[in-house]
Amino acid sequence: MAGKEEGRGEEKNKFSIWDLPDVPMGQLPPHLELQRSRVLCNKDAPIHTESVQYSGAYASMGLDNSLRLDHFCHNFRVEVVRLTDEDMEFDMIGIDAAIANAFRRILIAELPTMAIEKVLIANNTSIIQDEVLAHRLGLIPISVDPRLFEYMTENDQPNEKNTIVFKLHVQCKRGSPRFTVKSDDLKWLPNGSELVKESRNATSDSSSKPETYTSFSCSQDTLSEFAKNPIAPRHPDIIIAKLGPGQEIELEVHAVKGMGKTHAKWSPVATAWYRMLPEVVLLEEVEDDLAEELKSKCPVNVFDIEDLGKGRKRATVARPRACTLCRECIRGDEWEKRVAIRRVRDHFIFTIESTGALPPEVLFTEAVKILEDKCERVITELS
Amino acid sequence: MEHGSFTDNSAATFSLTEEDHTLANALRFTLNQDPRVTFCGYSIPHPSDARVNIRVQTTGDPAREVLKDACQDLMLMCKHVRSTFDKAVEDFKASNAVKAMNIGSQDSDSEDSE
Repeated sequence: MAGKEEGRGEEKNKFSIWDLPDVPMGQLPPHLELQRSRVLCNKDAPIHTESVQYSGAYASMGLDNSLRLDHFCHNFRVEVVRLTDEDMEFDMIGIDAAIANAFRRILIAELPTMAIEKVLIANNTSIIQDEVLAHRLGLIPISVDPRLFEYMTENDQPNEKNTIVFKLHVQCKRGSPRFTVKSDDLKWLPNGSELVKESRNATSDSSSKPETYTSFSCSQDTLSEFAKNPIAPRHPDIIIAKLGPGQEIELEVHAVKGMGKTHAKWSPVATAWYRMLPEVVLLEEVEDDLAEELKSKCPVNVFDIEDLGKGRKRATVARPRACTLCRECIRGDEWEKRVAIRRVRDHFIFTIESTGALPPEVLFTEAVKILEDKCERVITELS
Repeated sequence: MEHGSFTDNSAATFSLTEEDHTLANALRFTLNQDPRVTFCGYSIPHPSDARVNIRVQTTGDPAREVLKDACQDLMLMCKHVRSTFDKAVEDFKASNAVKAMNIGSQDSDSEDSE
């Protein structure tokens, strides 16, 4: 059998299958392209969610799936939709989910911030327990650039390069109404701690300055960044505690640099998330009554009615970006063959909400730098 | 730390400390895209330990070099992402400033009684 086929091949002057006119060269047939670039959101569950990353996946079709860096650099785009001091929304087109997720994880857990860590309580006669008060103080966002400070290790002394000191001293006098302690009652101490440490030796050293809990060698407000903008909590109206008549709180706090990995108080974003661009496609013409029904079904008004003249109407997709994937438009009989909901696999709509220490565009740039540093660390470890 | 065979260096497992899904998944993506790689994957032996095992099997090239190249590619991608993003933010701010100026000048024109 094999001999006969070989004979026939030799007679016909062997040709390559790629020479046939209808074989697509370097391009996938439409159904495979759909599978590669879209997530299909069906009524019960999404399919084709895994991205096809393997470089040789479509080798038999003649398509090179490998990452050519120039191809990536050529196709990658960023479009900013909204940018304020507190949050931003932008589109990243041409990137894969693995890297977008890496950025999201770094934004939430590995960007450093300053937050209150040590609370030295001198007096607390309020009904809020010490530890609850300390916990609440830790969660207050402080508006200061964490890049100006260094990490404090266990062996370090708290000094002006790694600590920020605040003081809180409030009391509610007898006879006055209840008093609410807000975050603007936290006063910044640029010269360091004022609480005096009790020293063991009776014969204290010759210096007249008593030893405090921090050792600031110079005042922090001599630094140019802080001279004009004093360090303060981001929002002045965060309620810390409430005092009844005769109650008093006197404490001092130290804020240090840390990462969200250790405790969520050090996370610089309220949250950061992404979603893939939704794509809503009408598979067949939806006209007249069905069009009205489709338009009323969608809770975010993705569809619109277009007049065809002679009283006939047609449904069109007007705002696919607003689609929340509620699948209302494919619920019911036979709607699945009229409307297809998909997601574009390499188009990410990123939203970053900052707590205020750094503006969101700076946060994203720092997150990308941190991923580069991680790669660099792996390279040096391997060499 | 590389765990592999002394005779055949085209397949190895790399154990990285202080890492998690953030870097490992991104590295796995860039490794997969390299045509020299036949197999790559990562696993986290225990979620309480910050340790990741990355397995690389290649078509003959030393696995260490292929992993280094993947890291370099990832770094280049990050640099490109950063520059594109910075440019997009600048353009957005510039276009917003222009819009604000246009609205401002429109208001002032209507106020001027010339």
